[in-house]
Amino acid sequence: MRYIEPHAHMVSRVTNDYQDMVLAGCAAVCEPAFWAGFDRSSADGFYDYFCQLTEHEPRRAAKFGLPHFCWLCINPKESEDVKLASDVISIIPKFLEKQNVLGIGEIGLNKNSRNEIKVLEMHVDLAARHDQLILVHTPHLEDKLKGTRLILDVLRADSRIKPGRCLIDHVEEHTVKMVLDGGFWGGMTLYPETKCTAARAVDMIELYSAERLWMNSACDWGVSVPLAIPLAALELRRRGHSAEAIDRLIYQNPKRFLSQSPKFKLIEATI
Amino acid sequence: MNRRELLDLYYLEARAKLIDVAAFLDRLDRAEGEPDFRLAAFKQALGEVQNEKVPRAERVLACLSDPTVDPIPVATTKAACGAWPGK
Ligand SMILES: [Zn+2]
Repeated sequence: MRYIEPHAHMVSRVTNDYQDMVLAGCAAVCEPAFWAGFDRSSADGFYDYFCQLTEHEPRRAAKFGLPHFCWLCINPKESEDVKLASDVISIIPKFLEKQNVLGIGEIGLNKNSRNEIKVLEMHVDLAARHDQLILVHTPHLEDKLKGTRLILDVLRADSRIKPGRCLIDHVEEHTVKMVLDGGFWGGMTLYPETKCTAARAVDMIELYSAERLWMNSACDWGVSVPLAIPLAALELRRRGHSAEAIDRLIYQNPKRFLSQSPKFKLIEATI
Repeated sequence: MNRRELLDLYYLEARAKLIDVAAFLDRLDRAEGEPDFRLAAFKQALGEVQNEKVPRAERVLACLSDPTVDPIPVATTKAACGAWPGK
């Protein structure tokens, strides 16, 4: 089995997780910028984080022969402070030249506030100006339905944005259809309690065209499962999906979306 | 997969989750306390589980979602609690 982990917060994981992922067939890992679990006090804190994502973490992954890519932004949980957000957004362009940066993400909304929307629009503008792919975080739990609608409105309002270059992450049964119908890609996040189980992800795959869907673990500093994708592959097998269909979903689909960035390159080797 | 195969695969797991929900509600009944919007939303969602029409999962998620459309003026918390307080 081979797979791509398109959404994992490896800075929060131990090195053994890299080893386990590679042993399970992971061919690349992509790390969106996110909330550290506490608010950073200044743009300098984000500068250091972006150095970690573009320099240190790729080296840590390389010890296991694993290509590491990242996405940059100030995340929606820290977007209430528009001044801080604008300071952070101003330092992103120079990091976009780094070899492992795939685009702007994970941007989006958290509580669906006016300032969060303002900062989302600033990020969308940044992505458009620099011709970057976009990775979107949709809000948690009771805020997801409303937030997903608002996010799609913002993306559609900017005529420079092509839906096929945007991945809307953390879709569930009540949001997946509007995302796919809009021409966007959808990410199903296999995360305990607050997001999606493997069985439900397989349901969505069976109900909708899987052409523009991927799965991810979004493993981070919370209780989460770095091997959630290979475990979901087992679920797909239990449900009678062929090896080819599983490979399409967990390897070829993310590869197709991510390859829209010329920087996304895999080491074509088998374990 | 046919219905029999899906039952073979998922019945025991779903049965365990169902008993957990029943025990959770019993536990709440044994405890003192004020009415809570989360429990009200939970019970409304349980009604949707009983409704024979598909898609149940989508309707349950809708019961547990903020139904409004306008952005809120300001985010005063980062957290979500799994049901809409209705404020
Ligand atoms: Zn994330």
